[in-house]
Parts: sequence; structure tokens; C-alpha cells
Amino acid sequence: MSEAVNQHTEVSYLEYKGRFKGLFAWIFSTDHKRIGLLYLYSMLVLFSVAALLGLAMKIELIAPGKTIMDAQTYNSFFTLHGITMIFLIVVPGLPAVFGNFFLPIMIGAKDVAFPKLNLLSWWIYIIGAFIALSAQFIGDGPPDTGWTFYAPYSFRTGTNMLPAVTGAFVLGFSSIATGINFIVTMHRMRAPGMTWMKMPLFPWALYGTSWIQVLATPIVGVTLLMIVLERTMQIGFFDPALGGDPILYQHLFWIYSHPAVYIMILPAMGVISEIIPTFARKTIFGYKAIVVSTLAIAFVGYFVWGHHMFTSGMSGTALYTFSILTFFVAIPSAIKIFNWVATLHKASIDIQTPFLWALCFLFVFMVGGLSGMVLGALSTNVHLHDTAFVVAHFHFIVFGGTGYAFFGAIHYWYPKMFGKMYDKSWANIGLAIFFTGFNILYLPMFYLGMTGMPRRYYDYVDEFHGPNIVSSLGALLMISGLIIIITNLVRSGKHGETAEADPWKGKTLEWTVASPPSLENFEEIPTVTKHPYGYE
Amino acid sequence: MEKDQHTHIVKYKTYVYVLIVLLFMTFVSVAVTEIDLGPYTVTMALLLASIKSVLVLLIFMHLKFDKKFYGIMVASVFLLLACVIVITFMDYLYR
Repeated sequence: MSEAVNQHTEVSYLEYKGRFKGLFAWIFSTDHKRIGLLYLYSMLVLFSVAALLGLAMKIELIAPGKTIMDAQTYNSFFTLHGITMIFLIVVPGLPAVFGNFFLPIMIGAKDVAFPKLNLLSWWIYIIGAFIALSAQFIGDGPPDTGWTFYAPYSFRTGTNMLPAVTGAFVLGFSSIATGINFIVTMHRMRAPGMTWMKMPLFPWALYGTSWIQVLATPIVGVTLLMIVLERTMQIGFFDPALGGDPILYQHLFWIYSHPAVYIMILPAMGVISEIIPTFARKTIFGYKAIVVSTLAIAFVGYFVWGHHMFTSGMSGTALYTFSILTFFVAIPSAIKIFNWVATLHKASIDIQTPFLWALCFLFVFMVGGLSGMVLGALSTNVHLHDTAFVVAHFHFIVFGGTGYAFFGAIHYWYPKMFGKMYDKSWANIGLAIFFTGFNILYLPMFYLGMTGMPRRYYDYVDEFHGPNIVSSLGALLMISGLIIIITNLVRSGKHGETAEADPWKGKTLEWTVASPPSLENFEEIPTVTKHPYGYE
Repeated sequence: MEKDQHTHIVKYKTYVYVLIVLLFMTFVSVAVTEIDLGPYTVTMALLLASIKSVLVLLIFMHLKFDKKFYGIMVASVFLLLACVIVITFMDYLYR
């Protein structure tokens, strides 16, 4: 892609000695790569906790009645699981970790446009996380509303709602700051010769994502603030008793939270668009179509929030408008799938761990996307709303989409980030166990939902027992796979073989710098002359 | 990537005129609440607020004197928010 291949003599960003030492050299670093890793380590801890909460819920559901926890504990577990996974991991996930680390390198820059703002974003993230999680330990008991904080229950419940809502409000600022930083970076700091149509697809995905972060996050911020005001000052926004409208809360919440699904999935699609051409050794099929569909998803994604509210009592006009718009958003998503598959056609595929993650992504994302069509249709939605079917669909899209892309990304860029190569055999074994467990866990939930099992219930009738046993065993298998994957990655950081600068024979700019990169990435800013995926 | 940047100095008199218009519009925003416009109350409030925002963006934030590209970007955002509000009100007006 670049004429200049940077042969580095400088020390890597991991060994660089700055003004501070030890832990302070990390938590006060404005280097985009260190900040990316700060997010990664923070999320790894939070993800482990949230995944264990999910496992505990599945163990509770292995048999009808009380198994290991009571109903109220179950309510607080799914609330904490949701808040942590959504607000602290999946929404910031790929942009904060891999966007921070690779966006500047992939566009030929030495850092993001505002490095200090970037560090501030991480600090706000940590502060928001502490506030949100403090709700579990102080006051009147852990929140039990679910991660959506639906009104009017969210201000009538006796549990400790305010810190959870305030934490989510604070986290929004981190998201907005990161979004602004990335937009400015891409507009102002692309390397000479890197026109918009020569920019790799992961930065393009981050561009679409950043606009959603900047434009949609303030809406949920204001909405959460309105809950705080309603709880503390009895101002009637959403409580009918105070003259408010609870459906207005759902509108405002989903005006953000549906585009937030695209904050989660667009960068995931960007990662897959990087992995597939690298291992197919082939120029990506339909580069421009993928770019346009990225922007189309970001745009149309703003107008489909109402499909979360089909049974809320909205007007008929709003119902079918949202249903039609929901089907429109499937078109650009399908375009991407077809382009990825077309890229593989007649390709010289090198089957490596990141590529296997990308293939698994295609499968689970297709299942998630097609089950979304079932939920987007009004007639079937009425039957399936608030059932286990929705939980299965959601996890196939969000965990199956973003989660698989996240693990694909870390296996793809791990040698570049740490300068070490992980054990490929263990990585593949971990993936196989994880993928098998994932499907055993979530596929029965489609059946459970279709036969009427509601979501967020800690108990069920005997008819649902069999599929729930299968699903719970799947959870245990999936967690086993996760443990293997994470252990392999952590262990390889110390014991792994030294990685080459370009172990996968990639063409984008990050593969032209040393592994791990130096503090300023490039000794000399490269001049870009070729297409990012110039394999032919 | 951008090379030519220039500054544009706006006369104080213009700022004062805009300030007066903004204050007047604020007065109108309060006064109009006395009239019962039914479901269009919010429309009126948003319309007045939008006019005020446009004035601030154009004059105080110098969008009028900046590159057209920035104007297009800001207009797109306004259009997006307008669409979101219109779709939301499709529920309220037809419920």
C-alpha cells in the first residue's frame, strides 16, 4: 500500500520510557496505543465479571424453581450483566481498543488528533464504570430494572438506581469524546495520498461509528438525566402520575440505543473487512459498495428504533413505518455479507485463527440477522416480544457479531500489538469449543421463545426444562472455550514466539511498521499510492 | 489536509443586532405558550429554537463565513434530528 516500508530502529511503545514510571507511565500516557491497551485490560476484567454473571444466570435456569439464587438476585444479575456488557464493553469495545490502537497507524498518522482528550476519555470511562458499579454495593440494593432502565419502574423501584443511571450518563461523555477525536483524526491526519477512497475499511467503519457516537449519545445522556430529575425532584417526564408519558422514555432511550447497536456492529464489520482480504490474499470485492453500505447503515440505523417498541402501545402509523424502515436496514448489511463471500470466491485462502473467527462471525451474524427479520415483522413480533427468542437474537447479533469480531481482531492484530505470536493450536481449540458452546447455549433459546418462555424470568414451567438444560450446558462449554482463549493470549504475551512485522502478509499500513510499533508509529510519514487491498 | 484558512471579523453592531433578535425570540417563545396550539405546541417551540440556533451557528460560530462543506455537514445533522423528531411525532399525532 505504501511506497515506504518503515524499518524501525526506535524502541517500541511498550519499552518507551517517558516522564512517568510503572503504572503511571500507562494511566497518564497520551500514546494512542497505550490508551487502547488500557481499555483492553479494563474491559477484560469487566468482561470476565459480566460473563460469570451470565453463567450464574444460566445455572439458575438449569432447573425450574430456585436453584442457586432467588428472584430478586436474578433480577439484579441480569441488570448488572446488561449494564456492564452494553455500556462498558460492547459499545466502547472495538473503537476504544482497536480503533485507538490502529486508526492512526492505518491512516499513516503518529497519533489521534487530540491525544490528551483521548486519555481523558479513558479516565471518564473508568470514573463512569466505578459510579455504575458502585450501585451494586451502596444504598438500597442492586438495581433490578434491566439495562434499559424502563420508566416508570426505573423511578419507582426501591433499589439503588441513581448511581447506575448516573454512571451510564458519565460514560456517554467518554463515547462522544472518542467519536469527535476519531472524526477529526480521519479528516485532518490522513497520510499524503490517502484519499477517502484509499482509506482501509476499518477506519471507514470507525468513521460511521463515530458520527453515531457524537450525534446519538447526547440523546440518551439527556434521557438518563431526566430520570435522575424525575426521581429526585418529582418532575413529570415519564411517570403518568406526574403527567409524564412512559412511552416517551422508550422513544428517547431507543433513539440512542438502536443506533448504539450500530456503534457495536459497524466496527465489527470493519474488522471482518480487514481479516477476509488478508487471508483470502485477494482484493476485497466491492470496496465502494462496502463503504456506501457502512454509511447507509449508520444513517438508516437512526430511524428504526421503534421496532423495540412494537407492543408498547404506539400508533399504528408509527408501527408500520418502523417495520418498513427496519427491513430497509437489512439491505446494506446483506450487501456486506455478499461482498465478503464474493471476496472468498476463487481466493487462495490461508486458513489461520483470525480467518476462522471471521467465518464463524459470518455464520452467527447471519443467524442473528435473519432472526431479526422475524422480529422486524409486526405480526411475528407481537408473539415473540419479550421472550427468550429476543435474547437469542440479541446475543447472536451483539455477542455473535461484536464479540466474534473482537476475538477475531485480537487474534489478527495480537502480533502487531505485543510483538509476540500466540499458540495457534490452542487458539483454534479454544475457538472450536467456544463456537460449539455458543450455539448450544443460544439456539435452544429461539425454540424456548417461540414456545412462549418469557425473558428475564428466573423460573419456568416444566415444559421448558429440556431446552434449558441444553442451553445451560452450552454456557458451561462456551465459558470453557473462553478460558482457553484468554489463557492462551495472556500466556503468549510472555512466552509466545517473537512475531514478524507482517506475519499474515497484510497490505494495510499497520503491517509496514515494526511489531510492536514505536512510540510515533512511523519514522517518516508514508506516502500512499495504492489501494489498501492491492493483492492483484 | 486543509491549507487555506482565513479569519473573518464580524462587526460588533452585527453581534448586537443578533443578540436583540435572540432575546426577542426568547420572549416570543415564552409568549406563545399562552396560546393553545394543541399538538403543535412542541412544533412551534422547536421551530423558534431552531431559528435561534441557526442564527447562533451562522453569526456567532462563523458558519456563514466558513467553507460550504461545514455548512452542509451541520445542515445534515439538523435534517437527521428533524427526521427523528418527525418520526417520533408520528406516534403522538396518530395514537
